[in-house]
Amino acid sequence: MTNYLETKGRIFDIQRYSVHDGPGIRTIVFLKGCLFRCKWCCNPESQEFEIQTMKTEQGEKVTGRDVTAREVLEEVRQDMSYYRRSRGGMTLSGGESLLQPAFAKAMFMGAHQMGINTAIETTGAVKMDIISDLLPHIDYFLMDIKHMNPEKHKEFTSRDNRLALENAKTIAKQANYYAVRIPVIPGFNDTPEEIAAIAQYAQELSADRLHLLPYHRLGADKYASLGRTYELSEILPPDESKMAALLRVAQEFKTPCQIGG
Amino acid sequence: MNHQAIEEIQKSQRIDQLKEDMFRGIPEIESARAVLLTESYMQTEGLPMIKRRSAAFRHILEKLPIIIRYNELIVGSPTLKSRGCQVYPEYSYEWLEQELDTMETRAADPFHVSEQTKKELRAIFPYWKGKTSSELANSYMSEEAKLAIEHNIFTPGNYYYNGVGHVTVNYGEVLEIGYEGIRAKAEAALKKLNQFDADYCARCAFLESVIESCNAVITYANRYAELAKKEAESCADAKRKEELLTIAKNCERVPAKGATSFYEACQSFWFVQMLIQVESSGHSISPGRFDQYMYPYFKKDFDNGKITLEFAQELVDCVWLKLNDFCKARDVASAEGFAGYGLFQNLIAGGQTKDGQDATNELSYMSIQATMHVFLPQPSFSVRVWNGSPQSFLLKAAELTRTGIGFPAYYNDEVIIPALINRGLTIQDARDYNIIGCVEPQKSGKTDGWHDAAFFNMCRPMELVFSGGKDGGKQISVDTGDVTKMTTFDEFYDAYKAHMNYMIELMVNADNAIDMAHAERCPLPYLSSMIEDCIGKGKSVQEGGAVYNFTGPQGFGIANMADALYAIKKLVFEEKSVTLAEYKQALEQNFGQGNAEEITTAVVKQLAAQGVEITEEDIASIYKQASAGVQKGGSSLLKKIEALPKFGNDIDEIDQLARDVAYTYTRPLEQYKNPRGGQYQAGLYPVSANVPLGAQTGATPDGRLAFTPIADGVSPAAGRDVKGPTAAANSVSKLDHSIASNGTLYNMKFHPSALKGLEGLENFVALIRAFFDQKGSHVQFNVVSRETLYDAQQHPENYKNLVVRVAGYSALFTSLSRSLQDDIINRTEQSAF
Repeated sequence: MTNYLETKGRIFDIQRYSVHDGPGIRTIVFLKGCLFRCKWCCNPESQEFEIQTMKTEQGEKVTGRDVTAREVLEEVRQDMSYYRRSRGGMTLSGGESLLQPAFAKAMFMGAHQMGINTAIETTGAVKMDIISDLLPHIDYFLMDIKHMNPEKHKEFTSRDNRLALENAKTIAKQANYYAVRIPVIPGFNDTPEEIAAIAQYAQELSADRLHLLPYHRLGADKYASLGRTYELSEILPPDESKMAALLRVAQEFKTPCQIGG
Repeated sequence: MNHQAIEEIQKSQRIDQLKEDMFRGIPEIESARAVLLTESYMQTEGLPMIKRRSAAFRHILEKLPIIIRYNELIVGSPTLKSRGCQVYPEYSYEWLEQELDTMETRAADPFHVSEQTKKELRAIFPYWKGKTSSELANSYMSEEAKLAIEHNIFTPGNYYYNGVGHVTVNYGEVLEIGYEGIRAKAEAALKKLNQFDADYCARCAFLESVIESCNAVITYANRYAELAKKEAESCADAKRKEELLTIAKNCERVPAKGATSFYEACQSFWFVQMLIQVESSGHSISPGRFDQYMYPYFKKDFDNGKITLEFAQELVDCVWLKLNDFCKARDVASAEGFAGYGLFQNLIAGGQTKDGQDATNELSYMSIQATMHVFLPQPSFSVRVWNGSPQSFLLKAAELTRTGIGFPAYYNDEVIIPALINRGLTIQDARDYNIIGCVEPQKSGKTDGWHDAAFFNMCRPMELVFSGGKDGGKQISVDTGDVTKMTTFDEFYDAYKAHMNYMIELMVNADNAIDMAHAERCPLPYLSSMIEDCIGKGKSVQEGGAVYNFTGPQGFGIANMADALYAIKKLVFEEKSVTLAEYKQALEQNFGQGNAEEITTAVVKQLAAQGVEITEEDIASIYKQASAGVQKGGSSLLKKIEALPKFGNDIDEIDQLARDVAYTYTRPLEQYKNPRGGQYQAGLYPVSANVPLGAQTGATPDGRLAFTPIADGVSPAAGRDVKGPTAAANSVSKLDHSIASNGTLYNMKFHPSALKGLEGLENFVALIRAFFDQKGSHVQFNVVSRETLYDAQQHPENYKNLVVRVAGYSALFTSLSRSLQDDIINRTEQSAF
């Protein structure tokens, strides 16, 4: 009856004690492969589906491995006590988990079977029927909306936002809990007008929550180890007063909002 | 209960001023106690020792200079200068005699010593030759045990040279009936004695010494009453004058009689707390459950409108400050091990009542608040956690953690209570436990726990496996044969256990020798007056007068030994990629790390530390071996070891091995008895001795390089837990914490970002609760950034008040030695993104 647990997937990391990715203490499973190429991405190794070798100062490191849902869930289960005490659980992130829907579904179903709640961090930019199939198994749907303008979106992420924005309408209606997350990137979407536009949309969707996630550079070193150049090297993370100002902008709308995850 | 109202109480200005005054100079050693003690001893030669002790105590309390510090509300200072230290030559004095001139310039815990003090101390030291407890202990100790100490297998230094301390007395009884009441108990017991009783003389002498001690304390408090009155007379400030008159009234009443108000209770508490530390040099005199025994006095005053929350908080803050008003001078080696001038006065809030209900009250919250206000290393502040602990209380505790002060330490009732019942405590007594010193549980007022009885370095027996029981060429342990001929893992592990068993036997011999010496030369009648059932049995705590008696020496190095045994098992016996001969050579050459010169220097240093004489030829031969090792690339083994899984990452196979390794220490110990009729019980924590004792330990098979720190407490080895705090905590929780009923210590370091906002605090509390659900016993946290600590090293002057938790207590970071500072910085930073 639990054959689905043998479903294979490709991940590049499992991060326990994550406290900013859904409620409580969570374990994040990072799936490999993404359609977008966001310039600020802090996990550049998540983008290619192929298994890659990173050349770091500590030597070569292979990133990406093939796993079954069962073996990953066994590790997820190890923090059961922490989920119970914090109302936490498992979050799938990436990369884009929706590009491995069978694996994602197996992970969600398996987690539920063990009494662990589930969350996803996603762009929401795949065919809606894929998402619809997963929705009953997801307790917290955290979806990025990076910009309302399709052209600017494409310029900074390699694709436009039309599919995601369209899907959002359905997801927001059907999901148990739906939150909009804005990565606040200086020079891309950090004007009051741009933030207001997204907050306006979140309000239309009746989203449960809006998160403003300040840009950070913790992933910048990884670009070099993949033989790539980090394009945003000139950009500084927004300071606290700037974030506070943008929060006030977002607070003009009905969706409850916060800085950080 | 309105805990929000408590949280809103502002710190009074008096607290800042008192604190500033207190930290103006460096601590100073004073000679008054030692001189008075010697005077008295010279006059009482020939009397029973217990009577000589109470006579000396009386003489000291009649003559010790007293002082009321500017603006303080709670009075009583054992030294004239703030944060001073008295001298206790009856335990040992040789180290102080040798170090008098260097105390001021040493790295860890420097003390000022005036020329006058030096002169006075030098004049009395000759009297003590042959009369100290350390000399008597030395004569009782077996030669084998002394050899093991010399070779750094274990060190019972603490009580060898100082008083035992490590106790919580029955504060509640003094608050209730005063020393007049306790004196009456002793008098009644005395009346019941028959002159023909076989033990009449001993009991009689003891009870008389209790009576004399009670009188001495009453006299001392009256001296303060007189001084306060005198100062009031000449005080121009009307408000202060009024305060001084109240102080005088308090000191006239307590601790002679029972306290009638919260203010009196605070003053009475302080006399008890301070005078125990005048009677003996023992540290870890732990106030324990302050929020319980003080509560009736607070509640009565508060309910009757006699005290405001603000004033009650100010008094508690003043008590907290007083707990920082004196220091302990230790010899230079111990100062490294107990760095930070620590007094380890552990005070605990929350938990359960004797009847198993939640005990949290207003004073529990006010205790947290006081620690936030005063923000100093004393008291060592702890909280008890059980399934029924209010969430608001734990959130408040987490808020204190977030300040970075390193308090509170969290303790798990659900593990500690059954562990104490297993040691023979009644369930009511077990539920009423508090913590002594660093992490040691005890039932107050009934126990002589002898916690902290020795440091046992579990890495050294591993070295003995490779040397067949030799150290520096000398056979110091059992002969387990040639390690290179061992053919199974069990054979190897059995050899380790053989060394462990033998060395544990020797440690018991050493501790019992010291125990006997304290009973004979330093019985403590004043302390004994507040420990049940000394008056009933008619003998002092040191002679076995307490209801519960234990000896608790602590082992450390579990993580290193688990990783070491796992590496040997995998590489030598399963993969067969390394032979034991190759392993042995790699260890001798410190895995070929550094160049041959460095290795040679290190080996020579190690041999010298062990007292081995080294010739030029020896050095040449070591150098030759070292060069060969470097050329061969001994580091390839290190790479293999580094690739293996390690304790601290929630990997069952290795965690179970760690559990078993801990048993090699905890289980053999249980079978031994001490001279007070009690049992041995293991602790698993190193205070901060993992650094200096690591510096005496060669390379170990887990890839730990020679002379580097050993893993701290039950924590994973530094930097080896790479899967985050939950995985590390899971590994730690897989050890058997109940059998280590003398306490275990788990250190975690958090970046403040993990505790941001209410949500951060909630997740943090959940982390503690979940660790405790899995039967962890203790956890404490450093919440600081690396940058902060590096900056504090560069600019210590800017960080005079930076408090950091160093394994079981908090210390002023800048007062720690450089190596300890580095160790704190290197401990894995558990951050969450």
